[in-house]
Amino acid sequence: MLGIQLFNEIGSIFRNTPTYALVLEALLLITVLGLLLHKRGGRGLSKEQQDYLIERYEPEPLVADTDPDHPLLHTRLVQSKVGKRIVVDGHDCLNLGSHNYLGLLEDNEILEEACKCLRKYGVGSCGPRGFYGTMDVHLDLEDRLAKFMNLEEAIVYSYGFSTVASAIPAYAKRGDIIFVDEGVNFAIQKGLDASRSTIVYFKHNDVKDLEQLLVQQDKRDQMNPKKAQKTRRFLVAEGIYINTGELCPLPELVELRKKYKLRLFLDESVSFGTLGNTGRGITEHFNVDRDEIDLISAGMEGAMATIGGFCVGSHFIAEHQRLSGLGYIFSASLPPMLTQAAISALDRFEREPQIFGQLHQKSQKVHTQFNRFSKLKLGGDELSPVKHLYLAEERDSFETESKLLSQVADKCIERGVAVVEAAYLRNRERKPIRPSLRIAVSRLLEDSDISKAFDVIEAVSSAEL
Amino acid sequence: MGNVDDDGATFQQNYVKCSNGTAKASTPISNGHIPNHSVEQWRDEQQEEQHNDQEQELQLLLNKQLKFSAPAYTEIRTRTGGLKLKGVNEGSYHPEKQAEANGYVSQTGSKCDKFKPSRADGVLSAEQEHYQKTSFEDVPLHTACLTYLGFYLLMILGYINQLLFVPKVATEKGREGYVTLYDAFESFYSRYVYRRVRDCWNRPICSVPGDELVLKDRVTDDYGWSFRFTGTETRCLNLGSYNYLGFAAATGTCADESEQRARQKGLAYCSPRSELGNTQLHIDLERLTARYLGVEDAIVFGMGFATNALNLPSLLGPNCLVVSDEKNHASIILGLRLSGATTRVFKHNNMRDLERVLRNGICYGNPKNGGKPWNKIMILVEGIFSMEGSIVRLPEIIALKKKYKAYLYLDEAHSIGSMGPTGRGVVEYFGADPNDVDILMGTFTKSFGSAGGYIAGSKKLIDFLRTNSHAHCYASSISPPIVQQIYTSMSIIMGEDNTDTGRNKVQQLARNTRYFRRRLAQMGVITYGHEDSPVVPMLVYLFSKIGAVIRTLTTRHIAVVGAGFPATPIMEGRIRFCLSAAHTKEQLDYALDVIDDVSENLGLKYSRKSRDPQPIEY
Repeated sequence: MLGIQLFNEIGSIFRNTPTYALVLEALLLITVLGLLLHKRGGRGLSKEQQDYLIERYEPEPLVADTDPDHPLLHTRLVQSKVGKRIVVDGHDCLNLGSHNYLGLLEDNEILEEACKCLRKYGVGSCGPRGFYGTMDVHLDLEDRLAKFMNLEEAIVYSYGFSTVASAIPAYAKRGDIIFVDEGVNFAIQKGLDASRSTIVYFKHNDVKDLEQLLVQQDKRDQMNPKKAQKTRRFLVAEGIYINTGELCPLPELVELRKKYKLRLFLDESVSFGTLGNTGRGITEHFNVDRDEIDLISAGMEGAMATIGGFCVGSHFIAEHQRLSGLGYIFSASLPPMLTQAAISALDRFEREPQIFGQLHQKSQKVHTQFNRFSKLKLGGDELSPVKHLYLAEERDSFETESKLLSQVADKCIERGVAVVEAAYLRNRERKPIRPSLRIAVSRLLEDSDISKAFDVIEAVSSAEL
Repeated sequence: MGNVDDDGATFQQNYVKCSNGTAKASTPISNGHIPNHSVEQWRDEQQEEQHNDQEQELQLLLNKQLKFSAPAYTEIRTRTGGLKLKGVNEGSYHPEKQAEANGYVSQTGSKCDKFKPSRADGVLSAEQEHYQKTSFEDVPLHTACLTYLGFYLLMILGYINQLLFVPKVATEKGREGYVTLYDAFESFYSRYVYRRVRDCWNRPICSVPGDELVLKDRVTDDYGWSFRFTGTETRCLNLGSYNYLGFAAATGTCADESEQRARQKGLAYCSPRSELGNTQLHIDLERLTARYLGVEDAIVFGMGFATNALNLPSLLGPNCLVVSDEKNHASIILGLRLSGATTRVFKHNNMRDLERVLRNGICYGNPKNGGKPWNKIMILVEGIFSMEGSIVRLPEIIALKKKYKAYLYLDEAHSIGSMGPTGRGVVEYFGADPNDVDILMGTFTKSFGSAGGYIAGSKKLIDFLRTNSHAHCYASSISPPIVQQIYTSMSIIMGEDNTDTGRNKVQQLARNTRYFRRRLAQMGVITYGHEDSPVVPMLVYLFSKIGAVIRTLTTRHIAVVGAGFPATPIMEGRIRFCLSAAHTKEQLDYALDVIDDVSENLGLKYSRKSRDPQPIEY
């Protein structure tokens, strides 16, 4: 009964439908079927053809051959504890190479406290922060860092490199725009890559260039306001650029941030614990309100003389990384003893703020002295503890310059002054960087040390170049 | 005292610490005691009991005063009739246990037998053998429906909550007119869904993460927006840390040598390996690692996560195809994203799917490049998958890799040290040749109780990485005490300290693993993964049950880890146990009894497989 009814119903539908509609529908049906079948058959190869292709397939070797003379295969060997002096390849040297700006590596109190911590927690943390890898020392350190910087929240990472490289992609996503100084360090470059945002580089420390790019972006936004409403804009800079030793023009950057509604991320790996009268970094140096900066990140592998890194900012911003900072969630937490070392370093910062003044003095002295080399040119700010020595006279290629500089460094080490050529992966940096000797100033250097270092480097460079 | 009262508030700690420092559970109590949830350090049992009573009262008072005190550590029950330690009370559930309870197995494992071969060994084909040894069960239909329903309910409640209540922390200051920083869903999820169970993660501890750990108790007065420390501590059996071989310790050879090294060489070098951070210590560790794994050379880094994320980009380029297991770790995925290679995913541990992807890859080439052949094809797998507890099917993958001329990258983050008769990872477990795996990667965080990671393989590969690895060139070199911990623990595993401590630890772990997994299966809960994998996920499915189980187990002094969406599929909320060689049989028995009880109570016994009626041998 029901079947007949249904049949009649369908029949009536057919009768009532105009012919052209039926034809169109039939055509549609054929197209759909055709597409389905076509896809299935596709570019199908028979099994024999496939086997033939597989047999013929020859991949490239896994890695290319490496030149056995590559400088990175022959890195220098450090044979002592690192401090003001260091034994490199058997030579006892004055240390101008380790980023131990405040000399805290030689601080016995910090060492003792770290060892005490080892005796309480063991060495490793055996788990990420989420899974019982959070120890009270980690919370303590985060609390102390936030208070030290007078911000709401700090978050500690277990590796300096991964700090900023995880922080950037936690916020910036595909479709966002990031304005970046082209002199930024490699970790920031990797963070930018991971974010998959549109990256716009401006010339190193050139605020005018940045403004021009921002104006261009503004024009694009006006043309497409709908998209502009969804595009987050970021500005990324370093406090002191480790690749050049220059300070960033923070007050101007903050002005632009306000004007163009950017979010400013600042990497203070070098400037934290070195700039400012109490070591609070470039914001203190320029007397900029820290609320003007959205997120400050820093490694603890410089002034704090331990391992790891941290980000500080408002609760609204920093907290987000606890669920989105890849290097935070998926990595084991910082070994407790190294966390304790960071807390002890902060103790020192707060107890003896004069160490920062001492460092500034030393940086300035080194700057004035080292400006007088006959064959080398000094780069970097006078207050910066990181300085670069370039060849005064430009050579034709990167390799020649690099080779000459490493000869100079070798000879200097033989004569008791440890300086090293800054190491870069030249083919992987965004923009080729000119080879240089990177000088790291330590607070513990005496005036006599500085003149001795000057004499040695001057003698060696005059002879070699 | 002694009886369970209606508040679920409870008294005695039946989990005692012996004075000689080795832990063991006392014979399970006969009158139904359940441990209290906030116990300070043990001093004396008498004192402790008194103390607990007082604290109990205080806690109850506190709870009454604070209306909003969220149940950070309270028992959660779904069935009436009160809690009953069933198996323990009756003693019939596991008859041998009473007899064995006093036969204490020392941590060095003097009573360890030889590694027992499984029934399936060498009889079945690789696929069948894998199938036989891996426990997996489909979710029952009604549970699946309930899980989705529960999740939607959570979301709906969350949305209503969001409409009515936006807390201060969720608004940004001083950035008016800016494009909002977060995706709507992302911030909604973390604020209104995850927050409800936030207390189950990031729990602070204040002790060595060894066989036991000490939790710092915290409560929330505002439904999970913020936490407040109560000042009390809870000692728990640790089933959450990746301390597979029990090298996390504040005393003993490893700690002594690490401390000595710290005093001798300082805490850091403040320089990358490529500048002034390369020492004999690092070189020695690399040589030892290479020897340990039986390959030519190795290179070490300061962070396990970065080992993947910062080396994969050097090895792969745009015209490379990566065939990656769908359950691979985030660090691998990040590394692949940075490398610019094309990634194709194959179904978890599914060799047929892997072969299909490989065939298609070779036959059709790179579609973005007009079908040109790929420069390289790399298979990327993990030894033990940390969320699944499964083990890679290495022999079959090696065969496929050879057949299709692909390269194999094996991430042994969890399996190194914890698998194989002498702890050399899945390669040894399957009796494979380490040289068949092109790139061996692993971390030092887990079995070695330290931090960092390595890549090992041919000299050519390692030389290439030394000159191209991001981490080697730019990141600070590993801290001396951290290196020393790895060096010492690795020497012990290798037996180079002329004791059999290392071997015993590996065997103890293997025994613990099988025992624990079999007993769980006998209970009727659903576990995932291979029978020899010390990572044991137990499926609870429902999002809210993750929280319930973790909280309830904490009140019974067991610390475990949960994982839910987005770390797992929505449907597959789970609790993860990580076993350790430091656990004794007594500790495991205690844990298993409690888990049995809790899963009975919360309805976790989903399994429809037949259960082994025989008592499980340790």
